Amino acid sequence: MSDATDDDGVEEMKVRRVAGTGVPIRGDDIDTDQIIPARFLKTTTWEGMDEYAFYDARRDDDGELNDHPFNEYKGANVLVVNDNFGCGSSREHAPRALARWGVEAIVGESFAEIFADNCKSLGIPAATADPETVAELQDVIEATPEAGIELDVVDKQVTYGNETVDVSIDEAMHGALVQGIWDTVALLRSNMDAIDGTATDLPYVESR
Amino acid sequence: MSEGTLYDKVWDRHKVADLPNGQDQLFIGLHLIHEVTSPQPFSELRERGIEVPYPERNVATVDHIVPTRPEGRERPLADGSAEGMLTALERNTAESDIQFYGLDSDKQGITHVVAPELGLTQPGMTVVCGDSHTATHGAFGSIAFGIGTSQVRDVLASQCVAADKAAVRQIEVDGTLGPGVHSKDLILKIIAELGVDGGVGYVYEYGGEAVRDLSMEERLAVCNMSIEGGARAGYINPDETTYEFLRGREFVPEGDAFEERKAYWEAVASDDDADYDDVVRLDVDGLEPMVTWGTTPGQAVGVSDPVPAPENLPEGEREAARTAQAHTGVEPGESMAGYDIDVAFLGTCTNGRTSDFREAAAVLAGREVHPDVRALAVPGSQTVKSTLEAEGVDDVFRAAGFDWREAGCSMCLAMNDDSLEGDERCASSSNRNYVGRQGSKDGRTVLMSPAMVAAAAVEGEVTDVRDLAEVDT
Repeated sequence: MSDATDDDGVEEMKVRRVAGTGVPIRGDDIDTDQIIPARFLKTTTWEGMDEYAFYDARRDDDGELNDHPFNEYKGANVLVVNDNFGCGSSREHAPRALARWGVEAIVGESFAEIFADNCKSLGIPAATADPETVAELQDVIEATPEAGIELDVVDKQVTYGNETVDVSIDEAMHGALVQGIWDTVALLRSNMDAIDGTATDLPYVESR
Repeated sequence: MSEGTLYDKVWDRHKVADLPNGQDQLFIGLHLIHEVTSPQPFSELRERGIEVPYPERNVATVDHIVPTRPEGRERPLADGSAEGMLTALERNTAESDIQFYGLDSDKQGITHVVAPELGLTQPGMTVVCGDSHTATHGAFGSIAFGIGTSQVRDVLASQCVAADKAAVRQIEVDGTLGPGVHSKDLILKIIAELGVDGGVGYVYEYGGEAVRDLSMEERLAVCNMSIEGGARAGYINPDETTYEFLRGREFVPEGDAFEERKAYWEAVASDDDADYDDVVRLDVDGLEPMVTWGTTPGQAVGVSDPVPAPENLPEGEREAARTAQAHTGVEPGESMAGYDIDVAFLGTCTNGRTSDFREAAAVLAGREVHPDVRALAVPGSQTVKSTLEAEGVDDVFRAAGFDWREAGCSMCLAMNDDSLEGDERCASSSNRNYVGRQGSKDGRTVLMSPAMVAAAAVEGEVTDVRDLAEVDT
């Protein structure tokens, strides 16, 4: 997968499918303070983010690594979560930390909006499915961690074992990933004249 | 689809183009910048050779990482990583010609406190910041929402974001808040009713008698916590309260120019016959001061109400409630009144404004902080601090035994050295009670209004502020 900072051609930016193995994180309302505690945001780069993903949850009181899925499922790239995942702060450090740990796609019951937007900015598909489908996926991954799982972004389907189920992907995210236009800087700057026009028409923007 | 709401009108005025992914390109009238979510975007712009096209529509403060002890603010900061972030912001704003209120400015403070008090936030604007509590600015009748770091980069590079229009839910709040009950209680009630994810996909329009009666500062606290209900933005239609608050502030035009601007503000307010995607009605007559019992802002009850038993909650909420109650150590069936408190924390972008400290001071006057409680008063901005000091409010806090600090985000998220220790229990005027939020993974947070924080500080336990006897002062 391309890094968001690369200014590659659109072809390399396309995210059409993610295949690999799964990692389940169970629970509703998993907030961004759990995904990455605020003390690890004191940095001016993205370096080291992989070590901070679920930092506190991955450790016992004595600091030893416990049996948290992020310790047990190393190498997995499809994260499967429940309801309202990523709620709380706007910190992009959260999906960055997940991505640098290895997550390339997320399937869940639902996502907090800013979190989903941040995933889109990074080219990480965040697909939603009903609670039964998510529970089934989590059960299967826990029973057979080595089993393959694939998110087909184009056709909005998840395949595991002999099963293929439909999932939903937000329209804008789908378009951005499939077309490879999730790096929005060039896109937005291509409308510079229209930007100036809109600004000029606003009563509170000084003419320039 | 909504039509004729403030959200529709302001969106349309700021829409630049349709984007190929189906989103709208939206012009941003005010971009607020702080040290945590801006260093990487500035670096990327530098690498790509992009200059900021509208520097005058960007304003920066430093708030999250700043020490709040006066002696801790000498440069270089003792915490090397904090110093690095501050230095980066100084360099970035200077190179891009962006206004920066740094530690040497008497206007420094939390971005969501500073922008309203300077008159930077105005009705009919689009406001973004790499911070989820940007929703605060909706109190003026603006579209204001938090963005991620890549979107911060987008705004710096183009003064625009790619955005999806949300649905609009009108929340009509009838009734009158009683004595000792504040806007914090109102918003905690709304979140408890609608859920922490009830607002996903929506922007909240708060209205009705109880909202119209609120002061501007109280309205800011309501909109601030929209995100805690899952709504990325929340707003209140501008009215005379809004216009009177704005008059005379530094970045607000004067005289005829004010009247011209006001005509725009009035024009963007929701029409009487506007269409909403959803309407919710609430009545706050008889509402008690609210307190949280769990680890999300939606796990809240009136201070004398019993904490719910998990088995009595809807099935999907039971496991979370059990986990939360194990963490906070509360007993279902009992009320939160009497829950022991180790720390009292007053401040933040939710409740760090002058009126918040005045409300708390009214409770503290003639009283002392309980000997087992450490108490921290952290003004939301240096302007708030100096205003209160001119009134002598700081003397009330000091006499009661509070630490009186400099402005910053402080113990809301403990990115500086103000932090819970071990499993301390904190009565907090902040906005999030997530596990680990206040700097200790075993720490416990009880969210409440500033007046309730003062009462808890004095009694050493969660206390209904209305039960405190009058004190002769």
